[in-house]
Amino acid sequence: MIGLSHYLTVAAILFTIGVLGIFLNRRNIILMLMAIELILLAVNINLVAFSAYLGDITGQVFAMFVLTVAAAEAAIGLAILVIFFRRKGSIAVDDANRMQG
Amino acid sequence: MIFARNPVHSVLWLILAFFNAAGLMLLLGAEFIAMLLVIVYVGAVAVLFLFVVMMLDVDFARLRSGFTRNLPFGLMIALVLLAEIVIAANAHQAGPILTAPAATGAPVQPNIVAVGEALYTRFLFPFELAGLILLVAMIGAIVLTHRSRGDSRGQNISKQIARRPEDAVKNMNPEVGEGVKL
Repeated sequence: MIGLSHYLTVAAILFTIGVLGIFLNRRNIILMLMAIELILLAVNINLVAFSAYLGDITGQVFAMFVLTVAAAEAAIGLAILVIFFRRKGSIAVDDANRMQG
Repeated sequence: MIFARNPVHSVLWLILAFFNAAGLMLLLGAEFIAMLLVIVYVGAVAVLFLFVVMMLDVDFARLRSGFTRNLPFGLMIALVLLAEIVIAANAHQAGPILTAPAATGAPVQPNIVAVGEALYTRFLFPFELAGLILLVAMIGAIVLTHRSRGDSRGQNISKQIARRPEDAVKNMNPEVGEGVKL
């Protein structure tokens, strides 16, 4: 019988892959953004699994809001990436030193 | 996804992950979220990523230079994190998945009806806020990436409004056989 903990485990694996992706591709902003999408997907799976487990629709509504914010974040992130590439000709994180941070 | 050498392959693996998650949500009885995932993530976000990866001419080999150096440390952290989360998730032995009608004893209601009723009554204000967030994201993306070209013929609105008939139209009464001298 597939239970709640199986879904939580799948979401945990997905979350860990996302964190690992951020760790490994520390110089590539596109892959970091994709890893963030993966992490938000894991969060969504958790929310929907709990929603189905508790019989409460609120979790699914909240998952929809997370999805909205993820889409907005991807759009803004990629727009910033595009203008950064136009200016620097590269998307390496190391080149983002204009503000001397 | 994170180990692919070619970022285009990476995006395709991401799409596969989205489809699998949509399938899982279908199994959970959340049809609306599953379809939304396919439409929004696969149809919009993943295509956006694919578009940017293909549009930007990036030297991806150079960006992978720190990959093997970070690999052991990253794997260690990931394994620790995974073990921690899995242990925490399985600490409390949860029962089987309950579907919404079985849990409440209510008559069978389609998932999309339930989501819609919750969304337009209790969560109306957050729903409008989500729309506002999308609007801000759209305007922000357009403003950030818009480039005005020098040779484009846009309209100059103040110049248009300031134009008067006496500046633009001239009454002429030329003689027969003669042209109009401007």
